[in-house]
Amino acid sequence: MGYVPVKGGTQAIDASIQRIKFERLKGQEIIDVETIMSTMRGMVDQVMSESSLYSPYLAALAIKQAEGSMEEAVFLMRAHRSTLPRPYYSQTVEPEKMFVERRISASFKDIPGGQLLGATYDYTHRLLDFTLEEENLEDNLQWLQNYQDQLNQIEALDEVSYFPKVVDYLREEGLFETYKADNTPPIDVTKRSLQFPTTRSERLQVLTRGQTGAVTSLGYASLRGYGQVHPTVGEVRVGFVPIYVQHPNEMEHSDEDEFYIGEIKVTEVESFVPTNVKNENNEYELEFEIGYGICYGQNETKAIAMSILDQCLEHPESDFPTHDEEFVLLHIDSVESTGFISHLKLPHYVTFQSKLDSIRQVKKGVQTVES
Amino acid sequence: MKANTHFAFFDEGSKKEIRRAIMKAVAIPGYQVPFASREMPIARGWGTGGLQLTLSIIGKSDVLKVIDQGADESVNAVSIKKLVHETTNVELTEETSEATIIQSRHRIPEVPLTKDQIIVLQVPTPEPLRGVEEREFVTKRMHSEDDYSGVWLMLFEQIMKYGRTATFADHPVYVNGRYVMAPSPIPRFDNNKMHQSESLILLGAGREKKIYAVPPFTNVESLAFEDYPFTVESFEGHKCHLCGSTDIFLDEIIDQQTGEKSHQCNDTSFCMDQLNRKEKVEVQTSYA
Repeated sequence: MGYVPVKGGTQAIDASIQRIKFERLKGQEIIDVETIMSTMRGMVDQVMSESSLYSPYLAALAIKQAEGSMEEAVFLMRAHRSTLPRPYYSQTVEPEKMFVERRISASFKDIPGGQLLGATYDYTHRLLDFTLEEENLEDNLQWLQNYQDQLNQIEALDEVSYFPKVVDYLREEGLFETYKADNTPPIDVTKRSLQFPTTRSERLQVLTRGQTGAVTSLGYASLRGYGQVHPTVGEVRVGFVPIYVQHPNEMEHSDEDEFYIGEIKVTEVESFVPTNVKNENNEYELEFEIGYGICYGQNETKAIAMSILDQCLEHPESDFPTHDEEFVLLHIDSVESTGFISHLKLPHYVTFQSKLDSIRQVKKGVQTVES
Repeated sequence: MKANTHFAFFDEGSKKEIRRAIMKAVAIPGYQVPFASREMPIARGWGTGGLQLTLSIIGKSDVLKVIDQGADESVNAVSIKKLVHETTNVELTEETSEATIIQSRHRIPEVPLTKDQIIVLQVPTPEPLRGVEEREFVTKRMHSEDDYSGVWLMLFEQIMKYGRTATFADHPVYVNGRYVMAPSPIPRFDNNKMHQSESLILLGAGREKKIYAVPPFTNVESLAFEDYPFTVESFEGHKCHLCGSTDIFLDEIIDQQTGEKSHQCNDTSFCMDQLNRKEKVEVQTSYA
């Protein structure tokens, strides 16, 4: 072999990979995937949601491997997702059938079925709890036992009952229009890239897998003034919904033949937004429209922000960037935005040389004119 | 990367999907075909478009070369090569003439490519009109209506402002007299290599989810005016300080000790080839 102008990339990469492993191991502590699964619920939920892959175990593994970096964990899950065949689509999920753990309405105090606070940080005081430094399993077990004892004293209903949707109550009053269910099969955005203008099914998919921070920021911008939507949260519900698939080969389908393949935890939000619409007499009338938000796991901020953006994108006639579907949908994906920002670290020797040349030539040109 | 993946990472369904998009791209030179870009184990913006093309067309008998801004040993080129090799076990090479597939970021090799080779270019921004119009919905319509006044105007404005066109890399080209295409950020120096190229040129943008192509022996013209012809980067009076080559794209190197500026081949494999050839001649003459 002759002379080598630039060498060493391979060794440098190997050394760098060693180094990143060292960073994870040097503290000599090991966190189990199960520990992450049961104690890092917020992270696990967020990673599943942003990677659009529902698997708490894989999300926890990704968090471990990524040393807790959200963008890295989501990235790992998305890449894994690309290797999985997708044999089935599930049947439509009816969120009315949700096994509700939490459900509140900011629109009415007395909603049919009542408000159910469930588990939330909303009413905790955000003070660092230094007792957690001394936490031990024995005390925790004792606490759990006491909690269970208290629960046992409550009489449970024999039957499972479902919570009706808040909006149904308002529909009965004629405040909301009743639409026919749109059973057009959704377009799978992971199988076909976005084409503009998009359909609502595409918009909802992109929003629900958007980066939590990005969705929240744009929703906030719209709420604060860069948009025309100021909603009232009609209903936030968190709980489990069952997933069914059809038999792939049977010609005739009935609901009873569907296979139950498990349940997923979701946060669902319906926001009520008053809008001006023209009636038959060409007069302006106030009417309510609904913004819809849903995401894997418990992530209420994201789901509410999504409901705002959904409503914004239903009104593209507004000039605000939050109403521009290309502006919103093409910039909220975690893997895409972090990837392109981080690519700036790649060498740009050729492109920069080209820029240098162009600027030098322009400068030369200017000088000759002057002289 | 400890998981056992299918040959070339993707499942066959995904590969077929991408190959269908490639077929369409070849049939309509310069037209950006949308495809459902998959998330890859390397980051968006780091060559996922090129990687998806490579993985969907690669077979067991292929020989792969990967370059990043001219260099085979550049860290990202090494990383991509490693991934393809681990999932396919195909032969790798740095020798341009030995490769059947060449994946490249922002350079076309100095050695002319042949009909038995495919060059895959990584593309960050596939839309040549993006600087003129930010909305995809509108640029798509402009292409279909053959409305390229915006991009012509951009060049005209540069002439008015600077006395010459002042584009950098990624100077737009006309393909087959119909579509204006972003050649990817190759230097202007490489634009002419696309014209009547013997090899198939595939371009992939993973993040923007577009595939497009220049089939062999297709006309590719760089956009320019008659009185302001297209110019490439100038390396007049410079040669590679290692192999002495001229008429190639050179990197500017600054000596850390002396602070002096010198030039060196950007295409590292080409440079090595020249040096080896010289050495051979020297050895032969000294023995003779």
